[in-house]
Amino acid sequence: MTNGWTDIQNADVILAMGGNPAENHPVGFRFVMEAKRNRNAKLVSVDPRFNRTAAVADSFTQIRTGTDIAFLGGLINYALTRNRIHADYVRLFTNATFLVREDYSFNEQEGLFSGWNPEKKTYDKSSWNYELDAKGFAKVDETMQHPRCVFQIMKTFYSRYTPEMVSSICGCKKEDFLKAAELITSTYPPDKVGTIMYALGWTHHSFSVQLIHAAAMLQLLLGNIGMTGGGLNALRGHANIQGGTDNGMAYHNLPGYIAIPKADHESLKAYLDVVTPKPLRPNSMNFWSNTDRFFVSQMKAYYGKAATKQNDFAYHWHPKLPQTPAGGYENWSWAFIFDHMYNGKMEGFFSFGMNPVNNGPNSSKAVAALSKLKWLVVAENFEQETAGFWRREILEVAKKKPEDVKTEVFLLPAANFAEKDGCFTNSARWIQWKWKAVDPPGEAKADQEIIGRIFLKVRELYKKEGGKFPDPVLNLNWWYSNPSSPSQVELCKEINGWAIEDLKDEKDPKTIVLKAGQQVGKFLDLRADGSTLSGDWLHIGMYTEAGNLTQRRNNADPSGLGRYPEWTFNWPANRRVMYNRCSADAQGKPWDPTRPGIVWNGEKWVGDVPDYKVDSPPEAGLGAFIMLPEGVARLFIPGQFAEGPWSEFYEPMESPVANPLHAKQSSSPAVKQFKTEWDKLAKTGGEFDIACTTYRLTEHFHYWTKNNAYNMQLQPEFFVEIPEELAREKGIGNGEKVRVTSARGSIEGKAMVTKRIKPMQVAGKQVYQIGFPIHWGFLGRGEQKGSMANLVTPTIVDPNSFAPEYKGFLVKLEKV
Amino acid sequence: MAGKTLDLRRVSATSTASAGIRTAPLVCKMIDTSTCIGCKACEVACQEWNDLPPETTVQVGTYQTLPSTTPNFWNLIKFNEYESGTGLHWLMRKDQCMHCAEPGCLEACPAPGAIVQYNNGIVDFQQENCIGCGYCIAGCPFDIPKFNAKTKKVYKCTLCTDRVSVGLEPACIKACPTSCLQFGTKDQMLQAANKRVAQLKATGFAEATVYDPPGVGGTGVITVLALGNNPEEYGLPRDPTIPLAVQLWKKPLKWLGSLAMFGGIVGVFAHYLRFGPKVVKEDTPTAKQGGR
Repeated sequence: MTNGWTDIQNADVILAMGGNPAENHPVGFRFVMEAKRNRNAKLVSVDPRFNRTAAVADSFTQIRTGTDIAFLGGLINYALTRNRIHADYVRLFTNATFLVREDYSFNEQEGLFSGWNPEKKTYDKSSWNYELDAKGFAKVDETMQHPRCVFQIMKTFYSRYTPEMVSSICGCKKEDFLKAAELITSTYPPDKVGTIMYALGWTHHSFSVQLIHAAAMLQLLLGNIGMTGGGLNALRGHANIQGGTDNGMAYHNLPGYIAIPKADHESLKAYLDVVTPKPLRPNSMNFWSNTDRFFVSQMKAYYGKAATKQNDFAYHWHPKLPQTPAGGYENWSWAFIFDHMYNGKMEGFFSFGMNPVNNGPNSSKAVAALSKLKWLVVAENFEQETAGFWRREILEVAKKKPEDVKTEVFLLPAANFAEKDGCFTNSARWIQWKWKAVDPPGEAKADQEIIGRIFLKVRELYKKEGGKFPDPVLNLNWWYSNPSSPSQVELCKEINGWAIEDLKDEKDPKTIVLKAGQQVGKFLDLRADGSTLSGDWLHIGMYTEAGNLTQRRNNADPSGLGRYPEWTFNWPANRRVMYNRCSADAQGKPWDPTRPGIVWNGEKWVGDVPDYKVDSPPEAGLGAFIMLPEGVARLFIPGQFAEGPWSEFYEPMESPVANPLHAKQSSSPAVKQFKTEWDKLAKTGGEFDIACTTYRLTEHFHYWTKNNAYNMQLQPEFFVEIPEELAREKGIGNGEKVRVTSARGSIEGKAMVTKRIKPMQVAGKQVYQIGFPIHWGFLGRGEQKGSMANLVTPTIVDPNSFAPEYKGFLVKLEKV
Repeated sequence: MAGKTLDLRRVSATSTASAGIRTAPLVCKMIDTSTCIGCKACEVACQEWNDLPPETTVQVGTYQTLPSTTPNFWNLIKFNEYESGTGLHWLMRKDQCMHCAEPGCLEACPAPGAIVQYNNGIVDFQQENCIGCGYCIAGCPFDIPKFNAKTKKVYKCTLCTDRVSVGLEPACIKACPTSCLQFGTKDQMLQAANKRVAQLKATGFAEATVYDPPGVGGTGVITVLALGNNPEEYGLPRDPTIPLAVQLWKKPLKWLGSLAMFGGIVGVFAHYLRFGPKVVKEDTPTAKQGGR
C-alpha cells in the first residue's frame, strides 16, 4: 500500500477493483465502512462478479474477467478528454512534461510498440525512452504542449479507449461505464481524494504489472497519490506476504528490493554500476544512488568479518543469476521452478509454509514435476497435498502411480504463526510484533529452528567433506546466541543493523554519530566501507537504540487522521503515507487543509514523516519522488517493462474473443509459453468458450482451514458460480453437480446458480463467465473429493512479475 | 448462570409480578444490513463463546451456512439475491433471537421459569426448567428457538447474558469487523440506526427504515433495512405478532381452561358428595404374582 488501512477512512471515493476487500480483507474493510458512515464516501465496485464488496457498494459494474486495463484506459481517456484531471499536480509531480525520443512509436493496427523484432519475437526497448540533453538529463516542456511530451502522447494513446470500446471489450453497458467514470474521476479537484484498493484480481494476469501501471496513471492524473485518503493500495493476501516480499522472497530481488547480481557482473563495482541509477533531472534526489551503502551493509550482515574491502565484501560468494545460452538470465520464479523441476533440472526442493500442488497453477504439472525429484522436504502444520503428492489419488492427476515415483518425502511438523514469536508486515507496511500464544504441539518446531538445524548440519558436512564451493556456507555470519534456533529478537536486530565501528559524521569527521555496536537509526547511517551491517536497509528504524519498535502499541492519533505514529513501526522510516510531498502544492501548502499530509512551516516539512528531504524548501524544487531518477512519477515508463512503456489492453492468453483493438496481436506479445505436455492452451472460438475466474472466500484461508471444523461448516465444499441464463441453457439446477473442464484438466462440484453474474455482450458476441473459489483439495476434513481449483488454471505468467494467470481463462461446463 | 444476577421482569407460567424495585435501561443490538458484508465472524464468535459444536453442513447452492438457526447455531447470516427496480441487491442479514419486548415464546411457555425476561429486556431460556414441550417454538413469530432432540430442551441466542451482566458486549458484536453490529441502550441504538437511515435515504434508498416491530412491543435487536418496504426479502416478517393461538391460549383460553379445571374439581367434589368414596376390591393372588 502507498497509504494504509487506517487511512482509507479519509477517502471521498473508494474504488475496489481487482480485489474483493469485503471478502478477503474484512477487518481492514472496516475503514471503508467508516468512510461511508462518517464522511459519506462512495464505494465503487468493478468486478466480474457482484461480490460481497459489491453488496455494500454505491455503484457496481460487471466486467469480463481480464479486461481491467481496457476499463482503466477508458477512465484515463474520460479524465483527459473531459479535463477531469488535477493539472497543477500532474505538471509538478509526474513526467507528463518529459519529451520522448523521436524513434518511439506505437502501431495501433498491429498492437505493437517500436522496437519489435518479429523473428526473435522480442522487443528492443531502447526507443521507449526520454530525449536527453547534453548532460544526460531528460528534456522537458513545462507547457505540456510539445507533440512528443508524455502528456500529449498519452492523450493520443488513450483516445482509442472510448466508452464504446470499453463497453465492447469489457461487456459492460456504456451507460454503466459512464456512471462509474463520473464517480471515480470526481476526485480530480485538489480538495477531493480517491483511493484504489486492489489485490490478486489485478496481479493474477499475464499483464498484471501493466494493469497496476494503468491504475497508477489514473491516480496521478486525478492527483490522488501521496494524498491523505488517496493512493494505490495493494491488499496483501497473507498476514506477512508484505514482509516476505520486502525481504527478498522474489527470486530477482535481494532484501530491500535491490536487484540480484547477475553472472556477468564480475566485480562488486561492475554490479553496483549496473544497479545504481543515474539522475535524469538536475533536481532529482535519486535516493537509490545509495545502493552501495545498502548492498555492502547487507553483505556484512551475511558474512560479518569475512566480508572485507579486499574480497569485494564477499561479493563473489553471493549467488548470481546465471545467463542463458539464448541471452538474458535464467528465471527461477514460481512457475519456472516447476518447469525446471519438470525438466529434470532439480534434485531436491524445500517447501516451507507453501502447498505448491494446490497453490501453484496447473496442479497436474506440479505433481508431475514433484515426482521427478530425488527428495522433497515439506515443513507444515498438516500433511497437505504437496507432502502427500505420492498418494494414489493425487498422483492420478498427473497420470502416475505411487510405484513409479522414487521421490523421498520428508514432512517436518512446523509451528504455525500463533505458536511462535516474530513479526508480521501487513499491507500498510506496518512491521508488527506478535507474541506466541501457545507452544507448538508435539515435535513441531518454529521455522527458524528447522532452518537453523539444517544449516548447522550442512555446514558440518562441508567442514568434514569439503565440497565444490564451501566458502559461502563456511563463512556465513551465524552469530546467534542459540545457533540451532536463532531468536526472532536477534534476527530483527540484524535486519535493522548496527554500527560495526564508531561512525563519524560524514560532513564533520570529528563528531561520532554512532558508537560501535549501536543500532543504526536511519538509512544514511549505513556506510559503503564495511563499517555498518544491515540485513535490509528498508527496515531500518524497526529496532534502534530506542528498542524493538515493532512492539509499540500506542494508539494516540495526534493528527486525527488515523496515522497512529507510535503504533509499531511503519517502513520506510515510520512513514505512514508514501510520496506525501505530493499532498502539498508548489509552495508547500496542503492541497486540502482538512487532510494535510506534510506542510512546509518555513523551516522544515512537518506532519507525517516526510517522503522528502526534511529541510529542502519548496522553492528549491526538489523532485517529489525521491526514489526515482526522474524525481517525478512515471506515467510513461522508460524501458523497464516487457510489453511497452504504456499500459495497453491485451486479451488474457485464453480469451473468448479476439482483441477488439487489434485482433492480430490479441494477447500480450511479451508472454512466453512453457512447452511441456501439460502446458496446453485453448484457442478462441473452440469448445472451451466460457470465461472463467478463480477467487477466495472469507470463510477460508488458502488450503489451510479445510482442516478446521468451524471453517468447514461455513463453506463445506467446492462450488461453481454460474449465471442463471447459462444454467438454464445447460439444464443445471441450483446445488446440482457440474464439471468444469479446461485444456489442462477438470474439476467437479456443486452448482451455485446466481443472479450475481450476468451474460455479457463482448465484441458483438454473447459471452458467459463463471467462477469458483480455490479452498479444497484431497486432504482435510470431510470429503475433499479432489476438488482442486488449479487443476484447470494455465501455467501462463506475467513477463515482469511472473505471477500466474489464475484469473481469466477458458473452460466448458457440463452437468454431471 | 450469570444471567441470574440480573433482575427479572417476566417469568414464564408465573403470574406473580417481579418486584420492580430497580429499573434498568433496555439493552439493544443494532444490525445495520447496509454495512454488513456477511463475513460470518459473528456466527463463529457465537459458537465459540457459547461452546457450541460445529455443525455438519452441505453446499446447496448458497453462501448461507444453514437453512435456519439450529439448537447449536443461534446466529445465522441469511443471504438473498434480490432484483428490484433499483437493481441487483445481495442482501445479508444476521438472523437471531430478536429479544421482543413482548416475547411470544415466554407467553406460550407452560413451564414455570423456563423462559425469563430480565429487567434490561433480554429474553433468556433457562434449560433446567424447560420441559421440552416446544410451545415457545410455536410462540415465536421469527422461527428462532430450536429443539435439541438429544437433550429434549429448546435453545436460542441468550444475547450473551453472561457477558452483558458483567458489562461486556455480546460476542458477535466484539467479532464484527465493520461495526455493522453495535450494542448499547435501546435509545442509543435507535439514534445510531436513525442516523444510518437518514444517510441511506440521502443516497437513494427512499424506503430505508429501522425494523423495530410494534406487534411484539418492539425488539431488543433492531435492524437497519435499506429496502425498508421489503422486510420479507431479508427474511423478516412484515408485521410480526404473537401467533393468535398463543394469544388465545394465554388469555381468553387460559381463563376458559382455568374455568374448566375449576369446574372439574367442583364436579369431582360433587361426585364424592353424591356417591361417596370409591371402594377398591382386595387384590387377587394372580395380581400379586404377575409382572414376570
